[in-house]
Amino acid sequence: MTRKIQAALLALLLAWLVGYPLLLTLAEALGAPHWNLRHVLDFARRTDEWGALWASVWISLATVGLSAAIGIPLAFLFETADFPGRRVLGTLIALPVVLPPLVGVLAFLFLYGESGVVARAVQLATRSSEPPWRLSGPAAILLVHAYTMFVYFYLFTRAGLARLDAAYYEAASALGAGRLRILRRVTLPLLRPVLAGAALLTFMTSLSSFSAPYLIGGTFRVMTTQIVFSRLNGDVEAAMVETVALAAIALGGLVLLQRAEKRKDVSGAVRGTAPTRRRLRRGGLVAVWGWLFAAILLLPHAMLLLVSFVPPGSWTTELLPPVLSGANWASVFSEPERLRPIGNSLWMSTASTAAALALGLAAAWTAVRGKGRLAGALENLVAIPWALPGTVFAVALATTFSVRAPWAGRFILVGTALILPLAYLVRNLPLTGRAAFAGLRQLDPALEEAAASLGAGRARRFRRVVLPLLRPALAAGASIAFITSLGDFVVSIVLYTFDTRPISIEILSSLRMQETGVGAAYGVLLAALSAASFLFFGTGGPGAAARSG
Amino acid sequence: MPAYLTLDGLRKKFGDFEATRDVSLAIDRSEIVALLGPSGSGKTTVLRLVAGFETPDAGTIRVEGEDVTRLAPERRRFGMVFQHYALFPHMTVGENVGFGLSGERLSDAAEKERVSEALSAVDLTGFEERRVPSLSGGQQQRVALARALAPRPRVLLLDEPLSNLDPTLRDRTRRELKRIIRKVGITTLFVTHEQEEAFDLGDRVAVLSRGRLEQVASPETLYEEPATRFVAAFIGRSSILPAAWGGGRGAGSVTFPSGAVWDAVAGDAALHPQEPVDVVVRPESLRFVSAGTAGAIPGEVLERRYAGHSAYFGVRLAGDAEAEVLARPDAARPGDAVVVAPAPDGPAPRAYPKEKET
Repeated sequence: MTRKIQAALLALLLAWLVGYPLLLTLAEALGAPHWNLRHVLDFARRTDEWGALWASVWISLATVGLSAAIGIPLAFLFETADFPGRRVLGTLIALPVVLPPLVGVLAFLFLYGESGVVARAVQLATRSSEPPWRLSGPAAILLVHAYTMFVYFYLFTRAGLARLDAAYYEAASALGAGRLRILRRVTLPLLRPVLAGAALLTFMTSLSSFSAPYLIGGTFRVMTTQIVFSRLNGDVEAAMVETVALAAIALGGLVLLQRAEKRKDVSGAVRGTAPTRRRLRRGGLVAVWGWLFAAILLLPHAMLLLVSFVPPGSWTTELLPPVLSGANWASVFSEPERLRPIGNSLWMSTASTAAALALGLAAAWTAVRGKGRLAGALENLVAIPWALPGTVFAVALATTFSVRAPWAGRFILVGTALILPLAYLVRNLPLTGRAAFAGLRQLDPALEEAAASLGAGRARRFRRVVLPLLRPALAAGASIAFITSLGDFVVSIVLYTFDTRPISIEILSSLRMQETGVGAAYGVLLAALSAASFLFFGTGGPGAAARSG
Repeated sequence: MPAYLTLDGLRKKFGDFEATRDVSLAIDRSEIVALLGPSGSGKTTVLRLVAGFETPDAGTIRVEGEDVTRLAPERRRFGMVFQHYALFPHMTVGENVGFGLSGERLSDAAEKERVSEALSAVDLTGFEERRVPSLSGGQQQRVALARALAPRPRVLLLDEPLSNLDPTLRDRTRRELKRIIRKVGITTLFVTHEQEEAFDLGDRVAVLSRGRLEQVASPETLYEEPATRFVAAFIGRSSILPAAWGGGRGAGSVTFPSGAVWDAVAGDAALHPQEPVDVVVRPESLRFVSAGTAGAIPGEVLERRYAGHSAYFGVRLAGDAEAEVLARPDAARPGDAVVVAPAPDGPAPRAYPKEKET
């Protein structure tokens, strides 16, 4: 009985955190408490709203296409061919995925932006007085999107290819199929679920993308930026309707793509041996191209590092910065006001990740082992924040927690130090929760039963058997969650206060104050912290090695 | 003397599926009982009910007179060896075996002592620091046994203990398992779908079908006097020949469609004359005879399966039944016309009421 009560309380808490703010936002968009469609009709009459809505959709679709065009061939190259440096390069290429989107945009700006090194070089070469281009508008957004999101296709396709059984190829070629026919009739159909998964992830990420359209979109608006600008202009009602519209598109996309994924259920068997890699005849040439590509990918971040060493005001018209010094870094680490965002980001990310870990684990444990009626509800509640853009949750939480009505579960948290960690927590739930659900499902229930038959009660079973075995999965989930919170921009910009401003907001104000060097230093710091967290926990490296009980 | 472990009227439903229906079983102290049945017969459910991983919808489980039906598994003090062993992969062999000793609040030295005692009982002395993945399948099985026995449980439960081993290892491991269980003298209930395993390890064998206990008896009784048609067909090799009850001189006789009459057929007293029956007969209870012998049924040899000192002959009998006959390898060849009759030795053929097709 107590277990049922515990499960019910947990479901209630999750519903309050995840479901309730969304429902309140929907209600207010529908004119609650008067329930009229005035705001919706206002929205429907404005052409800029429809424009932003359409922009969100087409940018996301184009991003999927572009990312697939880069990621899939690259995955085939790395998975089916062998050439010098394949391993190192293969890992290097995937790196952009762990870096905060804001940092990626910043790095791109410093390299390819109008005052970036590439533009300067072209300007010098053509002896023009004007920069040759402005990195702005939809094309610029697409470029940044493709640059960061092709990794999804690359990683998914590689994983899918690695799982395919060589016997499929052998069977097909024994039946007389040539390489193209095998690709068209065997490989691609078997990869379909994987490709659909990558497309879904890319679409959702692109739809939620905020940093790129905000920083380099110019006057071009997508739904996420439209929402934030509406709020900044004080048009709370419009923001509410826009939020609902964006959420509807996200859910619609999710349903459509998931249906496409399920329509033809082919499972690539894991049996047998993986196909052997062909040693390429011109392996050296491929390696050169590969390294070149990796350099292009990593160049923006190298640029970021370089800019962080440029003293304020010292770099004017030269191609490369004339002076380098540690002044920006010294200022970041010596001035308390500049240290503060770092401390804020660290404590808020740590606290929210820990809480998300505890909640995700509790939900998974209750749902997977309890098998009660609430199991499905718990899993859905934990997964919902993944399906919705961060902006949607930011607005929903801002709506819910700016009113004092304790009897309705509403408290004034906006403007306090609690709101951001709470928002991060909600956003982290799917990441830690999915890890916990997947880990627990993979765990043989017989292990817990064995512990029970040896006299171990629930607490001891959890501590001695479940937790140690879930640790690699949980560490990976927590690491991604931590990185997401640490680099968060989209939620922070809606909910931050001056005292709780995180690193991303500080980067933004550095750029506004023309302190690009300081902004770059913060960016490098974010990237380094993210990469370190990923390498340390995310790969299960030391966590897996130290499993000596 | 009352039984040590008693299952009384156990019922368990999973949704609409009745996994066990009215299973009752009394097991004496130090007795080894095998639960034998095809997959889906409910044998694993019975074991899990006894272990406490499932709670029965009805019925009780008692140990030494104590009702444990609703007791949590961790309070039952039953040891269990799982089908895939369920050794904790993140612990050493010693930590695995010592896991169940924590409740006894032993000193470190005493616990170590108990662990090494348990390991030496399964011939794994000195394996304490080994890691689980480094062990062979047979060794893992013995660690699982040592871990289950270390806390000195009241009952030992084994779930298909040998199914995970490759066939060459199975015989040897089975003999070792038997030796260890006998030495410890623990009351044991184990699940298997292999008749040979059940016969070799079990003092008694409980045959389950569709959630019901068909018969609980010694291996000899099961083979020679199967109580139901299911047991007769499931245990050992047999042929099922349709016939009608009665027609002969004695109390137990059957008449086949060919007109042949067999006497000395065992059958339920409730059978009445002319009732359609299935006659279940072992291969060694049939022989080839010359035409005219009492009870002879003509047929044709379809196939011969050579087995060294003898061979099994598949014979299509008149009336379209198929019988299996054990005879010398050179007794007949496929295509031969033969005549089959009951052998004077070997278990008597048994008649069961004809089963309705399901």
